[in-house]
Order: sequence, then structure tokens, then C-alpha cells
Amino acid sequence: MDNSRRKFLKIAGLTAIAGIAAPTAFNSLLKGEVHASSGEASTAGHGGGHEAAPVGKRYGFVIDAQKFAADPGLAPKCINACHSVHNVPDFGNKKDEIKWIWTETYAHAFPDESQYKRNEALHTLPIMTLCNHCDNPPCVRACPTKATFRNPDGIIMMDFHRCIGCRFCMAACPYGARSFNWRDPRPFVKQENPEYPTRMRGVVEKCTMCYERLAEGLMPACAEASKESGGIIFGDLNDPASEVSMVLKEKFTIQRKPALGTKPSIFYII
Amino acid sequence: MYDKDKIIPGLIVFVGLVTFPLWYGFGGGGKLPVPEKPTNSKECVMPTAEMRTSHMVMLNQWRDDIVRMGGARLGQTADGTQYIRSLQKGCMKCHTSKKKFCDECHTYAAVNPYCWDCHIQPKEAN
Repeated sequence: MDNSRRKFLKIAGLTAIAGIAAPTAFNSLLKGEVHASSGEASTAGHGGGHEAAPVGKRYGFVIDAQKFAADPGLAPKCINACHSVHNVPDFGNKKDEIKWIWTETYAHAFPDESQYKRNEALHTLPIMTLCNHCDNPPCVRACPTKATFRNPDGIIMMDFHRCIGCRFCMAACPYGARSFNWRDPRPFVKQENPEYPTRMRGVVEKCTMCYERLAEGLMPACAEASKESGGIIFGDLNDPASEVSMVLKEKFTIQRKPALGTKPSIFYII
Repeated sequence: MYDKDKIIPGLIVFVGLVTFPLWYGFGGGGKLPVPEKPTNSKECVMPTAEMRTSHMVMLNQWRDDIVRMGGARLGQTADGTQYIRSLQKGCMKCHTSKKKFCDECHTYAAVNPYCWDCHIQPKEAN
């Protein structure tokens, strides 16, 4: 009797130790894996809270919604400038739509903001929306092939060659800034720009902040199209002397869904 | 050996049939591809032999360098001519016809690169 009780206690003790030790061992193994997959994005850490000291360039936009409300032709002009430069196809239906820059209502663009008893004008205010080129981009973390990545000047780039069309980035993006080519886009490009490629079926695309124009010393196409009115102001957010920094210092601006901690590089004057 | 007079001629016919593709084209080599050389410049970005064997490697390097590393857009040939490191804005400015240049060898070698699924080829003069 005594002997069997002794045995029972021994087994129970060992089981308890194994039960406690196993998950800890598992966790330490898993941690290594998680760290590896989070890649560069992990340096940005958790969203919100403390902003890291600015390093290098970080391009961004300030979009003045009032300028777009004052001139109804301005938004289509910007969209057209962007889409014609980048050979963005027009399929003519919402389901297949490809968009790099588009207009959104205030309620849809800023669902975090209170919509209760807002002034009438706000309902019809056109908000230009595009890729936010986040400082902490969820799409980059989701991409399994590094087809989308953050380049040193803060642009969230796409390497269309490497995209396998898994659409994880589309699920990860909280702003709906990415579109998928369900069909071959080539026949639906109205006016081909021979200086820029089109995409093929099965590839995700989005705004690339006109990296190819920046390299030539030009402004992004949308900012250039709205240059006279100042509807979209482009510049380096980390340079205190740039036009965007000046505007941001003076005016009250908001970002889209700041609570998510993605740290968007696009600011709106409402 | 039994049936010697049947087996030996049979073997000769068999070997002859199997090696038919070898001796049929012997010495001829078929029609070689003649890609059209550009008339506006004499020198390519690398020596001809290197371009012939590894232009695809170079194109991939250009892409990775420019898209990912923020590399230079302009390159220089050995004699100092500047060029844009780009398929559409660079290569195709001299080699103005995909049909007469790219396709000539690609068809001969039976390779089917998918560059033109996305990249826009220069308009061919008909």
C-alpha cells in the first residue's frame, strides 16, 4: 500500500513538472519564429504611444478637403492624372475596379470620428483617399514574398514582379488602398503610357507615391495636378522646412484610423 | 546466333532510325537567328558576348537595384554614353522592334519570357 502511494506521488509530481515545463519550452521556440517573420516591421514596435526620432526622409501628403469641395473638377483631374500615368485599367464595374486614388465620403474615410450631429456640408465633402504609406505598414508584415516593402524614404513600394496574388496585403490594409487584378488589365487601359508598365492578371496594385517620377525630380502626379489650388501638398515630413511640415505646423489635421497604430503619412484638413 | 540474317539488319535499321535527328541536320544547323542591330548606336551596355548570355540576369539586377536599393537610374557604357537602366525607357529606345530583336532569338531558342505580359513593347511600324 505504502509503496504504491509512493509510486503514485512520484508519477503525479513528474507529470506536473512536465506540464509546466512543456509550454514554456514551446513558447521559447515559437517566439524565435514569430520574431523571424515580423522582419523589419518589428522595429516600428507597437502603434501609437511614443514616436521614434525621425531618421532620414519620410514622404507624405497633406490633403485639403475644402479645396476639393470648392472645385468639383479637381478630384477627377487628380484621379485621371494618376491613373493615366500608371496605366490603371478601367473595367467599368465596381467589382473589378482598380484604384490608386479615389474619393470617399467623410463617414467612410473617418469611421473613428463621431458622425453624430455633424454639419450638412460634411456629408458631401469629397475626401481624396489613397495608400497612406504607413510608418508601421500592416500590408508589409502580411506579404509572404516581400513583394511589398517599405523603402528608406517611407514609400510603401510594390515589386509587381514578385507578387503572387495571395491578397494577404489586401486583407491587412485597413484603408482598402489595394486592388486585385481579377482579369487581364491590358485591354482595359484606355491610353497606354509607354514609359510605365501595366500589370498582369493575379497581381495586387496600389499607389507607389510615383517613385518613378520622384527619381526624375518630379512631383507625384496627383500633387502636380492640384498644384495651383494646393489641394494635395507633397513633401518630406521629417524636413521641418518642407511645405508639408509648414502646413502641418499651422493647420489642424487628422489622419485616417489613427487608433490602429499604422501611423499614416497622409494628413487631412477638413 | 539464331536468325542472324534478320537480327543484324534489324539492328542496323533501328540504330539508323533512332539517330535520324542527328544525321538529318548534320552540318546544316538550321537557320540561325539574325537579330536586327540598332542603327543609332554602336555599343550596348555590356560587351555583346555578355549581353548574349546574361542579359536576363542584368535586367533582374537592374530591377532589384532600382526598386529595392534605390539604385541609380542612369548607367554608362564603356565609351561613356549614358543610358537609362530600364527595359521600356532604356533597351527598347535603341532596339526599337521586339519582333526583329527579342523574338528572333527567343523563338529560335524556344524560350518564352513573360516580360511583355506587363511591360509595353514599342509600337511596331507596319
